[in-house]
Amino acid sequence: MSTPTNSIRLTPYFESNLPPRNRKASIWGTLFLLSTTIGMIMLMLLLYNIISATFGLVAIDNQVDPASLAVNGVPIEELDQEALITIIKENTSKGKFRQLEREQPLIERTWDEVYQVVIDDVVQPNDIVGTWPLVESLTRKEEIVAEVKQEHPKATVKFTSWINPQFITSPQSSDVLKAGVRTALLGTLLIIAITIVIALPIGIGAAVYLEEYASDTWINRTIQTNINNLAGVPSIIYGMLGLAIFVRAMEPITSGAVFGFTDPTTANGRTILSAGLTLSLLVLPVLIINVQEAIRAVPNSLREGAYGLGATKWQTIWHHVLPNAMPGILTGAILSISRAIGETAPLVVIGAATYITFDPDGPFSKFTTLPIQIYQWTSRAQGEYHNIAAAAILVLLTLLLSLNATAILLRNRYSRRY
Amino acid sequence: MLESDSNFALQAHNLNIFYGDFRAVKDVNLSIERKKVTAIIGPSGCGKSTVLRSFNRMNELVPTARSEGQVLFMGQDIYDRQVDPVEVRRRIGMVFQKPNPFTKSIYENVAWGAKLNGFKAGIGKPNMDEWVEYCLRKAALWDEVKDKLKQSGLSLSGGQQQRLCIARTLAVSPEVILMDEPASALDPIATLKIEELMRELAEEYTIIVVTHNMQQAARVSDFTAFFSMNGDRAGFLVEYGNTNQIFTIPQNKMTEDYVTGRFG
Repeated sequence: MSTPTNSIRLTPYFESNLPPRNRKASIWGTLFLLSTTIGMIMLMLLLYNIISATFGLVAIDNQVDPASLAVNGVPIEELDQEALITIIKENTSKGKFRQLEREQPLIERTWDEVYQVVIDDVVQPNDIVGTWPLVESLTRKEEIVAEVKQEHPKATVKFTSWINPQFITSPQSSDVLKAGVRTALLGTLLIIAITIVIALPIGIGAAVYLEEYASDTWINRTIQTNINNLAGVPSIIYGMLGLAIFVRAMEPITSGAVFGFTDPTTANGRTILSAGLTLSLLVLPVLIINVQEAIRAVPNSLREGAYGLGATKWQTIWHHVLPNAMPGILTGAILSISRAIGETAPLVVIGAATYITFDPDGPFSKFTTLPIQIYQWTSRAQGEYHNIAAAAILVLLTLLLSLNATAILLRNRYSRRY
Repeated sequence: MLESDSNFALQAHNLNIFYGDFRAVKDVNLSIERKKVTAIIGPSGCGKSTVLRSFNRMNELVPTARSEGQVLFMGQDIYDRQVDPVEVRRRIGMVFQKPNPFTKSIYENVAWGAKLNGFKAGIGKPNMDEWVEYCLRKAALWDEVKDKLKQSGLSLSGGQQQRLCIARTLAVSPEVILMDEPASALDPIATLKIEELMRELAEEYTIIVVTHNMQQAARVSDFTAFFSMNGDRAGFLVEYGNTNQIFTIPQNKMTEDYVTGRFG
């Protein structure tokens, strides 16, 4: 160490600069507040948009008076089946008629069913002639009613909530007023269940291994780096992987064929099981990283305390590391599940159906999910589809929030214990 | 062949400890007497804690650490291939610098170690409740916690937490207790309690304590080992002997400088 030999007494001079320092601090503070405010405004706009499309006035035109359909003075209640079919053919579009025939040839149906078709599609076709967003519906109600009366004298205008019990319990339908999200909701729930069952144990296991067991060798470092990189890989690539492995290579398993499950409608691997496996792959890297983070946050002194008493590695992990990391592990699980619920692209790639009307009945069933349903509805030209898309978004958000709330409750229970 | 003397609880023979390529401790030869308090003192970074942690193989939890030489415990080399470190750590317990009670209840903190080491209640043997009470009494904590055994160990004060850690160590019936600066995070009153406790425990257990506080070493220990280091930063044992002798008539100039406060 060197010290100045001829030490001169130095008296430093400090310029008073507190006001500019405080000014700078307050500028930064304002900027941070501004970013938060912008974020909040964006969120409000999003919610406003969804809610505004979910509720509002709807004008429905029921033009046909049943009496006018009577053939030669015989009312429709007394017509025979063939005459009813003729009425349907004459009064619906070609496309609609073909679709009805495809669902089940009309001639093969019972008279009651055909009569119901007449009522549903001819007498009350529920043609939507206009929908209005929430705010407009509340402020300009009289004008809207007047407008509609002028253009469609027989139309009725009523305030509608597009999200309602019937919307949640009905399957997909070509009639907007009857369409629902049950198929998609069940598909999403089944896929998420499979994802949780597969991804959680594997993710936690891998994280425990990497944090507690793996020694610092190049091969483990490579694994770690790769996991970090995989967390950033675009989800569509996982879709391609899922298509190649689960849908094609593992088709006998994912289609259920090896388990003796044969369903003519799912003669390939595009099943709920494939989707769940693909989403498990997708969330694994994020999950592993989050769980590792949680395990790393457990103070080393706890491990030493346990080892010092003659605990084995496994006893230390099971009794101290995992319980103390549990809140963090659950946070990681929340993030992963949220991500999986919202994924659309990989599921489209592995072949999710966009239009199915029957419920998925197990892991080997065809499926659609809420985001796919929403995407399909928003891409329709007719405005009323946008309304049910908004309603489906509300369903998706509710599902997400309730899953998250469950995980947060669990987490708080763990944190509160000690 | 190295002889073991039954008067000694632990004997280090030519102990060298490395972290990677760095030699942290060199050529330590030290014999710890049974049922006595032995203090290890020395400047920061001289390897006191490293030596202490090598006495129950805690050091090997550090990934890069490795050791050469022997540590004999009751005549057996604890670094022998056949020896399981888990068994070593039960018989040679450890209390750490910062109190580290488990995130469990006070009762569970004490009972856990006993349970996992195969504690069995039987005729003429204590049951778990009695054993927990015994250990907490031994650690001079029972009267303070007997009404709140179900509360978290973390709800106690720092000094109480440290005594809880001592009780937890006693619960697995160790023969040696290693203490790594057990009072350095505590206030003077809590420190005094820990020191009194060390004296009491020395009637049954062999205690080795690392401390920065020379008054503490002088107050509680029967024997003192002074460690220091040279330019290569490898710690070595400078002088070892009766505490009175180390503090009053040190044989080595380095020891004298240190204990009289003229170190550095």
